[in-house]
Amino acid sequence: MDALFFWIFAAVTVVASLLVVGQRNPMYSVLLLIVSFAALSGLYVLLNAPFMAVVQIIIYAGAIMVLFLFVVMLLNVRSEEDGAETRRPFDFGPGPRKFGAVLALVLAVQLIWALRRIAEAPFAPAAANAAEQTSVTAIGLRLFREYAFAFEATSVLILVAMVGAVILARRDPHAPTRKDQ
Amino acid sequence: MLPEPTLNTYLALSAVLFSIGTAGVFLRRNLITILLSIEVMLNAVNLTFVAVDRFLGTVDGQIIAFFVMTVAAAEAAVGLAIIIALFRHRQSLSPDAFTSLKW
Repeated sequence: MDALFFWIFAAVTVVASLLVVGQRNPMYSVLLLIVSFAALSGLYVLLNAPFMAVVQIIIYAGAIMVLFLFVVMLLNVRSEEDGAETRRPFDFGPGPRKFGAVLALVLAVQLIWALRRIAEAPFAPAAANAAEQTSVTAIGLRLFREYAFAFEATSVLILVAMVGAVILARRDPHAPTRKDQ
Repeated sequence: MLPEPTLNTYLALSAVLFSIGTAGVFLRRNLITILLSIEVMLNAVNLTFVAVDRFLGTVDGQIIAFFVMTVAAAEAAVGLAIIIALFRHRQSLSPDAFTSLKW
């Protein structure tokens, strides 16, 4: 049963991610990426990590992707303006981009080849450590004891990112606006 | 019957996702889609962390994946702010429009 769910979620994730990359309209890309993240959170449930599954949905699908949606709608760009409309999808155009496609394929082959050299490593049965180990309590205790400093540093990071985003996206009050010109 | 997933299956899936993200960064000519591809890559790495975590029976991998998520949130916020500022200057999202720093 778990195997069936795994292959379904894996297929959904891979197909959705492929479509994110193959899509011309960034709006569809964002929505498809949300589908991919939902399937990933299903995989986290299968991996005995309910905390990661919930956080994946709340933070990624809920917060980050909504931010992307806002920007896509705000800028209102239909699609890429490089004469791509005349080409078929998955025909990536001239020169350097074909090279990029080849490089990505080479990376995939290399990774798979490297992973095939690892011996088959089945998971321990879930019941063995499900009772004490996978709970949110264990994560919380570890996060606020061993990783307390990293956790606090993260809060500073987010504060800096917030201030930076506000400064960067602010309209310069002294710059000539389009109305003046 | 479908084969039971092992650690190797998860690692292979994660490798495939990472390659898809890399392909997106190489192939797309739209700053927003490039950022989305980076998110795909970050998620592939997160999947690796959680799968290895399950294999070892610890929770440290999940905590690191959690930190990756917060960094991804910060990166998305700053990245999108930069994209808005760039779009205001050039009215374009193509990375080819921003070559002033090219020598």
